[in-house]
Amino acid sequence: MRISKSPWLLHYDGSSCNGCDIEVLASTTPRFDVERFGIVNTGNPKHADIFLCTGGINSQNEDVVRQIYDQMPDPKVVLACGICACDGGIFKDCYNILGGTDTVIPVDVYVPGCAVRPEALIDGVIKALKILDEKAEKMKRGEYKSLTSAEYAEKLKGMKTASDKEKEDENA
Amino acid sequence: MTEYSMISVIIYLIFAPFIVSILSGVDRIVTARMQGRCGPRLLQPWFDLIKLFSKESTAVNGIQKILVMAHCFFAIFSGAIFFAGGDILLVLFALTMAEVFLILGAYSVNAAYSEIGAQRELLQMMAYEPMTLLTAAGFYLSAGSFRVTDIISGNVPLILKMPGFFIGFCFVLVVKLRKSPFDLATSHHANQEIIKGLTGDLSGPVYGFSLLAELYEEALMLGMAGLFFLTSDRMSIIAVFIAIAVIMFVMSLIDNIFPRVKWETLLKTEWIVTFFAGGGNLIILSLIRK
Amino acid sequence: MSVLSFLILFPFFIAFVLFFLKKDSLVRSFIVFIGAAGELSLSVYFAIDSYLYHDIEMGTFYLSETHDLDMLIAALELCLMLVVFFLAVKYKKYPVMILSALGTIPALYMDLTGKSTTMASHIKVDHLTVIMVLVVGVVGSLICMYAVGYIRDYHRHHKEFRDRSGYFLSLLFAFLGAMMGLISSDNLTWMFFFWEVTSVCSFLLIGYSRTPEAVHNSFRALWMNLLGGCAFMAAIIFCIYVMEITNISQLLVYASLPTVTVFPVAMLAFAALTKSAQMPFSGWLLGAMVAPTPSSALLHSATMVKAGVYLLLRLSPMMCGTYAGTMVAVIGGFTFFAASLLAITVSDGKKVLAYSTVSNLGLITAAAGCGMEEAVWAGIMLLIFHSVTKSMMFMSVGAYENSTGSRDVEDMHGMIVRYPRLAFIMTIGIFGMSVVPMGMCVAKWAALRAFIDSGSVYLTLFLCFGSASTIFYWIKWLGKIFSVSRGSERHKDNVPAVEWIAMYPLAILAMVLCLVYPLISALAVIPYIQNAFSGSVSRLVTAAFESGSAGGEGIIAAISTEDFIIMGVMLICICLLPVAMKMVNSVQERQVLSYMSGFNSGNDRSFYDSHGEEKDQWLSNWYMNGLFGEKRLLPFCLVLSSAFVISMMTVCAIGGLFI
Repeated sequence: MRISKSPWLLHYDGSSCNGCDIEVLASTTPRFDVERFGIVNTGNPKHADIFLCTGGINSQNEDVVRQIYDQMPDPKVVLACGICACDGGIFKDCYNILGGTDTVIPVDVYVPGCAVRPEALIDGVIKALKILDEKAEKMKRGEYKSLTSAEYAEKLKGMKTASDKEKEDENA
Repeated sequence: MTEYSMISVIIYLIFAPFIVSILSGVDRIVTARMQGRCGPRLLQPWFDLIKLFSKESTAVNGIQKILVMAHCFFAIFSGAIFFAGGDILLVLFALTMAEVFLILGAYSVNAAYSEIGAQRELLQMMAYEPMTLLTAAGFYLSAGSFRVTDIISGNVPLILKMPGFFIGFCFVLVVKLRKSPFDLATSHHANQEIIKGLTGDLSGPVYGFSLLAELYEEALMLGMAGLFFLTSDRMSIIAVFIAIAVIMFVMSLIDNIFPRVKWETLLKTEWIVTFFAGGGNLIILSLIRK
Repeated sequence: MSVLSFLILFPFFIAFVLFFLKKDSLVRSFIVFIGAAGELSLSVYFAIDSYLYHDIEMGTFYLSETHDLDMLIAALELCLMLVVFFLAVKYKKYPVMILSALGTIPALYMDLTGKSTTMASHIKVDHLTVIMVLVVGVVGSLICMYAVGYIRDYHRHHKEFRDRSGYFLSLLFAFLGAMMGLISSDNLTWMFFFWEVTSVCSFLLIGYSRTPEAVHNSFRALWMNLLGGCAFMAAIIFCIYVMEITNISQLLVYASLPTVTVFPVAMLAFAALTKSAQMPFSGWLLGAMVAPTPSSALLHSATMVKAGVYLLLRLSPMMCGTYAGTMVAVIGGFTFFAASLLAITVSDGKKVLAYSTVSNLGLITAAAGCGMEEAVWAGIMLLIFHSVTKSMMFMSVGAYENSTGSRDVEDMHGMIVRYPRLAFIMTIGIFGMSVVPMGMCVAKWAALRAFIDSGSVYLTLFLCFGSASTIFYWIKWLGKIFSVSRGSERHKDNVPAVEWIAMYPLAILAMVLCLVYPLISALAVIPYIQNAFSGSVSRLVTAAFESGSAGGEGIIAAISTEDFIIMGVMLICICLLPVAMKMVNSVQERQVLSYMSGFNSGNDRSFYDSHGEEKDQWLSNWYMNGLFGEKRLLPFCLVLSSAFVISMMTVCAIGGLFI
């Protein structure tokens, strides 16, 4: 059985304007009904397979996001939902915003939009499920272990994230 | 143990989780339809369970896992006693023992949500236990024995003698099947109370064990509900299936139309129902017996 | 006879010696050790001896001609009264003098005139006596041993109290002797004497620290017990002057004539209710918590309170369907339920134990009042299991208090890591008190069955509701012990070896009893019941057994062999848990933090607040004070139960005396 048959989802609201959050919840309503795919909105990282993050990362919540991510058991995927979660969006230049979700944890799928549309979101989740299955396959063979947030931070030191690059472009 | 009880125990041990997860799959679909949604696949609860066992095992401390596993073991054990036709009081006591291990597992992580969940679970036990014990007493009075094999060997369905107990027992079922309005400790829903309460700090296979135990427990509770209808007549098994279907439907209906209550309301409701429905029926049964 | 007299007199002798050894010394510890070990082995020897060499089936009788001993007892009774008078004057509590005089003076009169004795023997040994001797001898002696280590630590922690530990230890032994006397006496006047000795001893033990609270509580215990003593005396006077009998076994002959015995049985039952701290009188036992732990262990588990239920169990053949029986059963059932609700609302470990004791005694009382064979079986089993388990609980709480300075349940957080050995003892204790393969629950099971059989709906309801709330307070305590805080380390417990010598055997005994109780039942409990009920098989019982509910043998089919085997399997599974833990934990898994909404500061014990500062989390148990608080529930219960007892006693008194 593939793990993607039962993806449980954790929704975390970073510093979003709540537009995306409303759309996330809208996707559980009769019109879109993500439960069709067996998706359950768990609200507890220890039960979740998909980490769905909306809004940018700020200095208040970066440790929270790291901790929640670390508490999720493998295999797991991260979904950055909405343009703010992808790279900071219109809040990017605010004094308190560090950038998108990938400034603190590794992101597997980016779903842009302001706010993200439920159709796009569901599409993103389906993409994430494929990645989840691949990870589960690799994990079964003992080839895969996801990065912890600390390891990811180590890795980031040597390279630039998408949002960093954009910032540099703008500065240039 | 007779051959018959051997067979029923084996069926219970092997198929109970599968059958109950189909039942709860139906339940989820029915719930979804009531809300105008399409709902998940029929086997969704089964997929969920399998998935949990394939996930990475993480733990907060060294004793959490073993306590949850002990919970699972004793839950299965008490069900096995029941389906072997054993003493129904022993079944209830063993079930209590199983619950105790789950509660200890939740306490052991020393985390706020788990601990609140654990205490709410204790409260739920306190709320429903008088009724389950009384139900056993009712079976004893009306069938003359605590043994399941004797209880089901009567000629008339026991519900005729003990309607009050049945009403009380349905209230217990709402709690045991973790349905709103009485799902204080943990809920099977997405819209959870206190981050899934006492299962909040379980993950992966450990959580899987607690879900597995829940499936077995559910089978046991539905089996107990079946005792009200089962007689020595083979055909009464059909009545049992119809009854369970009706019970499950009413449970999802209740689940969908009632909001979660506060703990005082839970305790008072359960105890008042126990006292009047259970106690009243008990008085009548004792009088008849004299 | 020589063994038995030695059994009774030996503790008094030790008490006498200890009274003069005021300083803590090796010699004193040695004497206590010899005393306790001697008493323990004596009681075991006595049990074996009575089985092998005496006709225990019929009961062995001793001492029919006792003029000199009666004089001695009269003199000692006078001494007791004078002690009470002296202390009452000293602390200006005059009313107790009246109660004491009311009880003692008729006793003196009857002893001196020789009315108190016919040619019947004064001492009788039957199965119940042997059971009680074993309970008191084994548990009581272990408590005395424990006391040596405890009282030393106690005075190390409480410098403000004067060290009178010699006096304390001496009282403990006197208590043991009195208890042995009480359970082997058949003559009512003798029984009354030992009854009064235990009352006064408990009074002195409770007042040990001489703080105003202790003095107040000790006098409360005294007046309640003396009131019971007065009722006892009234029963004796009635027996001697109206029925012209002096012995309990003679009284039991009248079991088939309930109208004659209404008055004495009701009075004796009333006395037993006071001694067993049943509902309107529960106050003294809760107040007794101010005393040092060994005395509360002794008062609550093995001796004092068991004297009351012992008397009730003796009288239970006369209870079935009578007014006295109804009073006892209702009060017992009510106390079981109410005390278990009250136990939820307190956090002081010893207070929880006190309420739980009151509650469990209530169940035994209800079983005795029910007056059916099955119920009495359950009652005796409860008595045995409760003594062993509860004394162990008291000891471990006391040891924890001496190690950490607190006995609050909230402070036992994470005990399993910090003090694993004490946690082990407590876990066995709590399991033993609450869940199934262990003893208490088994007996409860039999009691439930008996209550249903007797057709008393109220007892069944009390038992169902009461056992549900019992689980609540025990398991939340156990949960506290099992909470593991990350990074907490094992502490050194300052528990002296001698306390372990007392606690480990009890823990092992608690486990072993679960496996051997059918043996005890077959050897002692069932023969006793068969003898006791032979004259008066109650109508209810025959009705219940005719319907075939209990199967072949009649009395004890409550727990069938098959169920017993299943429970044995469960017990073994539980014992295997630690082994399984080792095996499961050999697979290393990733350790994660507990979930605190992502604000866990890294040690599971504190979190970051909205200012980014670290704050400690404090997890507390649930006490439901708004719903069942002591202030709310207790006065209501006391008023209700007092009204009930008073009206029932009035009915019995009028009915017994004038009709």
